[in-house]
Amino acid sequence: MSSFTAIVRRDLRLAFRQGGDGAMAVMFFVLAALLFPFGIGPEPELLARVAAGVIWVTALLAALLALDRMFMTDWDDGTLELIRLSPLPLELAVLAKCLSHWLVTGLPVLAATPLVALMLRLDPSSLPMLMAGLAIGTPVLSLFGSAGAALTLGARRGGVLVSLLVLPLEIPVLIFGVGAADAALSAGAGAAQLAILGALFAFALPLCPLAAAAALRQALE
Amino acid sequence: MHRFANPARFMRVSGVVLPWLAGATIVLLAIGLFLGFRAPADYQQGETVKIMFIHVPSAMMAMFGYSSLALASAMALIWRHPLAEIAAQQTAPLGAGFTAICLVTGSLWGEPMWGTWWVWDARLTSVLVLFFLYLGYIALVHAFDDPTRGSRASSVLALVGAVNVPIIHWSVVWWNSLHQGSSVLSMDGLKMGWSIRIPVLVMALAFTLLFTLLLVIRMRAALLERKIRALRVLEAEAVPSDYSFAAPEASA
Repeated sequence: MSSFTAIVRRDLRLAFRQGGDGAMAVMFFVLAALLFPFGIGPEPELLARVAAGVIWVTALLAALLALDRMFMTDWDDGTLELIRLSPLPLELAVLAKCLSHWLVTGLPVLAATPLVALMLRLDPSSLPMLMAGLAIGTPVLSLFGSAGAALTLGARRGGVLVSLLVLPLEIPVLIFGVGAADAALSAGAGAAQLAILGALFAFALPLCPLAAAAALRQALE
Repeated sequence: MHRFANPARFMRVSGVVLPWLAGATIVLLAIGLFLGFRAPADYQQGETVKIMFIHVPSAMMAMFGYSSLALASAMALIWRHPLAEIAAQQTAPLGAGFTAICLVTGSLWGEPMWGTWWVWDARLTSVLVLFFLYLGYIALVHAFDDPTRGSRASSVLALVGAVNVPIIHWSVVWWNSLHQGSSVLSMDGLKMGWSIRIPVLVMALAFTLLFTLLLVIRMRAALLERKIRALRVLEAEAVPSDYSFAAPEASA
């Protein structure tokens, strides 16, 4: 377990000292979401109607930003080989990478959501559900992203390719995340959508590290 | 099954089977198209109902293609069959092609029937996502300088996609039922007469044969391509016998 926390701590330290990915992801999230009023017009009713969807789509895209670097830097300097040789199973190492990816990109996006929701005139009563959905859903994005990043490791134009691979797989997360926020407005409380998001999380938690570790082993051969 | 994993044996057997398969495909396609043209026009949809004879079989092939892609990928990962790898890689463009035909014919059918080229119907959306999954697979196969890495990574991707296809489908169905009051597609409630059903079945069979035929042709071409590449490498490595001795002498 200590090597698990060591990977997470190392990644977080790198992220903070290099001051790149986390700040970039959240800036992209805020900026991209605030482009929508310019695109579709500033009418409050219109913005309130699309706010949850805009926030979810931009959060999805923000999670893609740092993906191609998830394993790439470690692969380039040989750290990945050492991680593979360590007694820690590669699957758990991938899980540690997912956790640090989420802490660096998912968590800041989650923290910035109330601000963006306010500016997009989201109905305040649906904000708790939106936040709860993002809290469960963004880790799923990191997990799917780890599989995509591992599969495209060493590929030409890996950054574009990883979005092509991962985005179709993330459609269910988007559907139920927005569904939870929208349901908070109407009769339903959105608990069912949150439960399905939780099921997606429980499904991705063991399977995505398995697939990613299999892909990493091929890359390291 | 393992007996047919030998590429040389595959070339031999498929060479014998190929003309018969081609003949059967052409005959069945001709019969299916003839029956399709003879089929009576629908009292509501008119002649456009005949788009179905291409649309439905290609939709079936789109799904059949992805399941065989996943199956071949699993076999490639488990047993490391070179032939399974080739089968998976050659299935993907075919599946993507049939998916594209399905989408285009569906759009052409939708325009006169529903008055619009595209509807965010659950089935259309799922097929569109399936198309993107095919494209992602094809892109990953060709993304590496090392072809073995490309085929291994894409095999893993095919399995990840196969696990996700039902989840994506059901979430799209749920999303659709939430956002749309009633679906415009009501084929399930519509009883199909035998005059329509028989051409559809014949065409489905013909398309399955066509898929198999094209797959065998593509697999044979890919095997020959590999052979040519291997021969070229051998040729390049075969150094003239006097060269290795001449070089040190010249420098000395």
